[in-house]
Amino acid sequence: MKVRRAGDAALLVETGDLATSHRLDTAFRDAAPPGIVDVVPGERTVLVVTEPGTDLDRLAALLPGLPLPDDAAGGADPVEIPVVYDGDDLDEVARLTGLSRDEVVDRHASADYTVAYLGFSPGFAYLTGLDPALHVARRESPRTAVPAGSVAIAGPYTSVYPSRSPGGWRLLGRSGLALWDVTRDPPSLLRPGTRVRFVREEQR
Amino acid sequence: MIEVVRTGPLTTVQDLGRPGHAHLGVPHSGAADARALRLANRLVGNPEGAAGVEFTLGGAALRFHASAWIAVTGAPAPLRIGGRAYGANSPCHVPAGALVEFGLPASGLRSYLAVRGGVTVEEVLGSRSTDLLSSLGPDPLKPGDRLPVGPARDLGDITVDVAPVPPIPDTPVLRVLPGPREDWFSRDALETLTSTPYTVTPDSNRVGVRLDGPPLARARDGELSSEGMVTGALQVPPSGLPIIFLADHPTTGGYPVIAVLASPSLPAAAQLRPGQTIHFRL
Repeated sequence: MKVRRAGDAALLVETGDLATSHRLDTAFRDAAPPGIVDVVPGERTVLVVTEPGTDLDRLAALLPGLPLPDDAAGGADPVEIPVVYDGDDLDEVARLTGLSRDEVVDRHASADYTVAYLGFSPGFAYLTGLDPALHVARRESPRTAVPAGSVAIAGPYTSVYPSRSPGGWRLLGRSGLALWDVTRDPPSLLRPGTRVRFVREEQR
Repeated sequence: MIEVVRTGPLTTVQDLGRPGHAHLGVPHSGAADARALRLANRLVGNPEGAAGVEFTLGGAALRFHASAWIAVTGAPAPLRIGGRAYGANSPCHVPAGALVEFGLPASGLRSYLAVRGGVTVEEVLGSRSTDLLSSLGPDPLKPGDRLPVGPARDLGDITVDVAPVPPIPDTPVLRVLPGPREDWFSRDALETLTSTPYTVTPDSNRVGVRLDGPPLARARDGELSSEGMVTGALQVPPSGLPIIFLADHPTTGGYPVIAVLASPSLPAAAQLRPGQTIHFRL
């Protein structure tokens, strides 16, 4: 693993792939070396942000010796997210993919997903594992407001909008599950490495 | 209790932000010039992380309904208490009912008010800061808002009359450390960055300082996989014009970071005004 400096208070570790990012993230949190402020996994990296004045050389030297767990999720059950598939973009996604509406829904609801990383807005998880047939570009002009709970796809990812925000992803449906709640600890139901399944719910 | 009478261009409550939640997509946030907020808090005997008020280009007025000790730091906004001028970087007593007014600073961008006892609006994820990227924390202040002030009984004494603070330079020089993605740029990009002046553009905000100047050329095409971003990162979008990430920057990003500000240069970056010329050096 190549270790890069991100300024004088952070290391950017190149892990090569997502699974290793998640394992290193877990290993770092378990080892909890002093002076760590944030550990942020990315697709092929883990960013480690430290308190100013932390010895980065010493921290980098710890890395090769960290025992990486086999399974970053620690064998936890997947989080099940109930979805009513009645999104505004279902027809367009069907047209773009050459699938029927039902096939789009079946393929989205039958895959196993993993949270790659969070970003864009608090609690917004980029889930990998989307059926390649459903890889479509984001909308050319983003919506100014996407309701919280909207289940959407863009590129190789799917996500659930954790709060109301602007957004350019294609909407497939909606979930009533509260993914983000600032009064909860942790506030996000999803974190990097969490496994996720979508469960189809009938229209209510 | 403090009543907001006028706000100027942008006035927010800020403490030292929300570290520790970046993996959940929560920006660090907090005072853009954290050094100035810490100083203001120390001057009135507060813990350094107490919440205060961040003013952008001054222009605000606050009515104090109870007497208080305050200190104003950061961009030197002319300060008037009950119509009388007071100096910056110094504890000042505010009598009950007095109006505290902040003028337009002659240099810098952001001024900080600490009040003994701290501003005690409700915490969100352990912080009272307004995060303008993700809308966490209180909304930006508007006339009529009322800010509660915490108790002063367990605080230390006020022991300093005035803190010496160097003036904000007209043409700041910001020190950068190359990387983590300098290898995504042509060999002369870092040389360009550190030898040519850049100008701060008006679309700068608490998320980032946007710059105009010679574009930084890429050595490779394609997209970087999304990765964690630090405060002070110089992220380079396809335009080639770097953006300095400030307190409310996104936690992850897909554009390469050519260099990161050295920590001591972060306060200077937070004080950059639109139109100002800056230099980077290694």
